[in-house]
Amino acid sequence: MSGTSPDDTLTPCLATGFDDPVMDGQATFRAAMWALSRPGRIEPVTPSLTPPAPLSPEAAALVLALCDYETPLWLDPALALVPDVAAFLRFHTGAPIVGDAREARFALIAEPVEMPDFSDFAQGTPDFPDASATLIVQVQGFGGGLVLEGPGIKGRTAFGAAPLPADFIARMAANRALFPLGVDLLLAGAGGVAGLPRSVTVKEG
Amino acid sequence: MNAQAAGGMPEITYNFAYLDEQTKRMIRRAILKAIAVPGYQVPFAAREMPMPYGWGTGGVQVTAAVLGPDDVLKVIDQGADDTTNAVAIRGFFEKTARVATTTSTQAATLIQTRHRVPETPLRENQILVYQVPIPEPLRFLEPRETETRQLHALAEYGLMHVKLYEDIARHGHIATTYAYPVEVAGRYVMDPSPIPKFDNPKLDDCPALQLFGAGREKRIYAIPPHTRVRSLDFEDHPFRVQRFAQSCALCAASGVYLDEVILDDKGGRMFVCSDTDYCNGRQEAGHRGEMAGEGA
Repeated sequence: MSGTSPDDTLTPCLATGFDDPVMDGQATFRAAMWALSRPGRIEPVTPSLTPPAPLSPEAAALVLALCDYETPLWLDPALALVPDVAAFLRFHTGAPIVGDAREARFALIAEPVEMPDFSDFAQGTPDFPDASATLIVQVQGFGGGLVLEGPGIKGRTAFGAAPLPADFIARMAANRALFPLGVDLLLAGAGGVAGLPRSVTVKEG
Repeated sequence: MNAQAAGGMPEITYNFAYLDEQTKRMIRRAILKAIAVPGYQVPFAAREMPMPYGWGTGGVQVTAAVLGPDDVLKVIDQGADDTTNAVAIRGFFEKTARVATTTSTQAATLIQTRHRVPETPLRENQILVYQVPIPEPLRFLEPRETETRQLHALAEYGLMHVKLYEDIARHGHIATTYAYPVEVAGRYVMDPSPIPKFDNPKLDDCPALQLFGAGREKRIYAIPPHTRVRSLDFEDHPFRVQRFAQSCALCAASGVYLDEVILDDKGGRMFVCSDTDYCNGRQEAGHRGEMAGEGA
């Protein structure tokens, strides 16, 4: 990375956060709220953020809107490899960045195909199913190929996102089987976010 | 951030919608988990609000965390837009968030309610925020939080069925008329807040998002749109809602929830719609009940 070599006397500029933390945070939360309320629907998120690559503006907006010092954050190897990403997130959210996926309240995943098994993350407990991880997964785009059923969906709805791991349907079925335990997914793609809460049933379309 | 107002007194300004951003994020995270596990009560760190407990501090905190500058807010108290609690909360958000407010169920994007669901069917993209006094449906049957938590974890709701059965044994029918327990998405039994059981069917397959906030008890729970909400009952004693023999004395509406108003000390009374917006809308459309004046 340019500007990060030890003999460089100039500190690299940190990318800026939300223009308006209050309103941008609210708008991004609302998109995430509707995304989880209506699985499969893509809710627009159009942040004016330029986070360090490979962190996408949409995923960055979700983290800035939802995370703070109370939410340990786990970065996947692709993001953990770039120190600027951790510096950007640490500065703007204050969230502790943890190496152990099980400790994380939020996980940020830039390489979905490589993502660890859902069981590596906190699943909640029978008494407190809310004490589970939320996975923010960066995808290139949305499409079709899957069918979703469950709370928030009238009947069934078509959904798709790419790239996703080859065994995604099996992973989601295993996650659904744990209900009310399990992880919740926010898929951040170009211009929007889609939600796959643990209550959703994912099938081949 | 105190601007000097024209009169010389400093004008106090608040963060948008009163709450600080960290509190909003904490509430927002609880809301997301509540949506992911429909009917489960998510604990949250409810703050002191500038109003007493029992006046909707839970609902107000949920509204404050969700509210945006483009929202149109409606607040009702037992169906009415013009009662103290509704006027106070509407004024609170007009002052702290400068959002547009309305009394029209149709025009509102966010409706905060105390103990009623509007008669006008809710639509997509609307959010209904309930004020909840006691979120735990099993609390009066089992006072220990550790026990009720375990009962929910095990989906052990026999106690609630015993309670409903005892109603039948004593009264010949299920005598619970408000805060009637429901099962959400086939899993959690939930208190729908003290709405009349008349409103229970409106919770099922509702196109709007329903959020529940209990401030004193520090719980948030949710029903996503189009979610199955079933009122608990028995095969031989199916769930039934109240029926009214009369129609509204002002707008002649039937099939709506009516309030009884005592008129004098000689037994005079009238029944009127509890939902003032619905009643006004019908009167404007020319419907006249038996006690409506001829009007202008």
